[in-house]
Amino acid sequence: MRGRAVALGLRIAQTLPVLFGVVLISFLLTRALPGDPAAYFAGVMADAESIEATRVKLGLDKSLPEQFAIYVGDLFRGDLGRSVGTGRPVLTDLAERLPASLELTLSALLLSCLIAVPLGVWAAVRQGSWVDHLCRVLVTAGVSLPTFFTGVLLIYVFYYLLGWAPSPLGRLDFIYLPPPQVTGFYLIDSLLAGDAETFFAALRQLALPAATLALFTLAPIARMTRAAMLTALSSDYIRTARAAGLTPRKVLYGYAFRNALLPVVTTLGMVFSFVLGANVLVEKVFAWPGIGSYAVEALVASDYAAVQGFVLAMAVLFVILNLLIDLSYALIDPRIGFAGK
Amino acid sequence: MTDAPAPSHSNSARAHLVYVLRDNPVTLIAFALCAFFVLSALIGPYLVPHDPLATNAARALQPPSFDHWFGTDSLGRDVFSRVIVATRLDLTISVAAVALSFVIGAVLGAVAGYWGGWWDVVLNRIFDTIMAFPLFVLAMGIVAALGNTVENIIYATAIINIPFYARLVRAEVNIRREAGFAQAARLAGNSHLRVVAFHIFPNALPPMMVQVSLNLGWAILNAAGLSFIGLGVRPPTPEWGIMVAEGANFIVSGQWWVALFPGLWLMLAVFTFNLMGDGLRDLVDPRRRT
Repeated sequence: MRGRAVALGLRIAQTLPVLFGVVLISFLLTRALPGDPAAYFAGVMADAESIEATRVKLGLDKSLPEQFAIYVGDLFRGDLGRSVGTGRPVLTDLAERLPASLELTLSALLLSCLIAVPLGVWAAVRQGSWVDHLCRVLVTAGVSLPTFFTGVLLIYVFYYLLGWAPSPLGRLDFIYLPPPQVTGFYLIDSLLAGDAETFFAALRQLALPAATLALFTLAPIARMTRAAMLTALSSDYIRTARAAGLTPRKVLYGYAFRNALLPVVTTLGMVFSFVLGANVLVEKVFAWPGIGSYAVEALVASDYAAVQGFVLAMAVLFVILNLLIDLSYALIDPRIGFAGK
Repeated sequence: MTDAPAPSHSNSARAHLVYVLRDNPVTLIAFALCAFFVLSALIGPYLVPHDPLATNAARALQPPSFDHWFGTDSLGRDVFSRVIVATRLDLTISVAAVALSFVIGAVLGAVAGYWGGWWDVVLNRIFDTIMAFPLFVLAMGIVAALGNTVENIIYATAIINIPFYARLVRAEVNIRREAGFAQAARLAGNSHLRVVAFHIFPNALPPMMVQVSLNLGWAILNAAGLSFIGLGVRPPTPEWGIMVAEGANFIVSGQWWVALFPGLWLMLAVFTFNLMGDGLRDLVDPRRRT
C-alpha cells in the first residue's frame, strides 16, 4: 500500500515538467513573438501613453527571464491578468464559466461512451455482420464531421423542422431561473434543489450541444473498442475460458471486456484533446456560456489576456484529465503499479 | 533506392495497386473524389456560373433553383459559385500547412533519430509540451499571438501537426541508424548528412504519405474551424468554415441551404482524404488493414 502511494506521488510529480512546459509556451506565445505585447494587453483602444504604462506595469521593459519569473509568480497568486472585455480578472471569468463547459463536455463524453462502447463490443462479437458495417460507416463518417456543421444541422432538424428542441441560446430558457449554485452544473444543482421543472428545462437545452459533441467523439471510441475487443476475443485466455465451460456472458464481460477496457481508456485521453477543442466550436454554435465562447469573444475583440488565460486553463485541464486517466489504469488493471514507468 | 527500379519491380507494384484498388472500390472512389476537388481548386474559379463576390439584394436568401443551384445567401451571392471557389483557398491552407509540418517534422525527426542524445531529449520534450495542449486550442492561441491572417492559420496548423511527423520519422530513422545498408553507405565514404537524407530517410516515406493523407482532412477541419470562430479568413472571401458560420445565422429561420452546402463540401473533402489515407495504408502496410 505504501509502495502504491509512492508510485502515485511519482506519477503526479511527472506532470510537473509538463505543466512547466505548458506555462513556458503560454508565456512565449505572448512575449517572444513579433508584435508589441504591451499594445495587445493594453487593448485596441489604447494610445501611446497607456501602452507605455502597460509596458511598465507588466514588466515588459525587463529581460525575458525576469519577465518569466514575474509571470510564474503571478500565476501562483492566481493572477491571469484582467480582461479588457469584461473588466474583471480573467481567473474570475474563467472560474464562473468553467462549470458550463464541463457540464457540456462531460455529459457529451458520457453519452458517447454509452453508445460507442456497446456498439464497438457488439461489432467485435458479430464481426462481419450489419452491426459491424454500421460501426465502420459511423466511424469513417464520424471523424469527417465538422462539429460546428453537425451542430447547425441538428438545430435545423430538431429546432426548426421538428420543434422538439428549445431555441439554441444558452444553458436555460430565459423563463427559468438558474438553480441555486452548488456545483455550477445546472443538472445537479436543480436536482439538489428538488426542482424537476428546471432540471428538464436544462436537460432540453443541453441535449443538442451534447449530442453534437458526442457524435464527434463516437468514432474514435467505437473504433478503439472494436479493435481492442477483437484482440481480446482472439487471445488464448478467452479460448481457455470458453473451454472451461464458462457462460458466454461471463467470458464476454468478465474476461474480454475487462481486458479491452485499457486501450479504450487510453483513447479517451486523445479524445479529450479533440473534445476540448471542439467544445469551443459547439459553444459558439449554441451560444453556450462556457469558457470556449468566452475565448471566442475575447479573440474577436483582441482581448489578449483573456485568450492567454483560456489557452493556459485548457492546457492545465487537459494535463489533469490525462493524469486522472493514468490513475484510473490502476483501478482497471491491478497489475499496473506505475513503478515500472 | 536511387537506382532506376527494375521493370519487374514496377510491374508487381502496379499489379499490387490494381489488386488493392479492385479489392477495395471505396479507395477508388476516394481517389476520384480527390481528383474532383483538385480540379475544382485548379479550374473551378473560371467555370462557376456567377461571380462569388457579386451581391444582389433583390435575390437575397433564395432557395436552390435552376439559376442558383445551391440558392443565394443573405447578400444575394450565389452559394454554388462560392462553394466551388472556396475549394482553392481551403485546399491551399491545408496543403501548405501539411507540407510545412512534413518538411519541418522530417528534418527535426531525422536529427533526433539519427544523432540522438541531447537533440533527441530536447526535441522530444518540446513535442511532448505541444501535445500537452488540446491542439485546436493551441492553434487558437498561436493565431491570436501571431495575428489574425490566413498565413498564420497555416503556421498554426503546421505547428500543431509537427510532432506527429517528427515522431514518425524519428522512430523510422532510429531503427535503421545502425542497419547494415546505412553502415555500408557510411563506410563507402558518404557523409552523415548524405546517409540520413538519401539512404535512411526514404524508408520513412511510405508511412509518412499515409500520415499526410490522414492529416490533410484534419488540417481542413482545423482551418475551417478557426475561420468559423472568426479567425484567419475575412469575409467576404469565400471559405467553407466562414460560410457555415454565416449560414448558421439563418438556420433558425429555415434557410438551410446557406449553411448546408459549404458544410457538405467541407465534410466530403475531409471524408475523401480520410478514405484515401485508409486506402494508402492498405497499399503501404497490408497488416494494419482494419
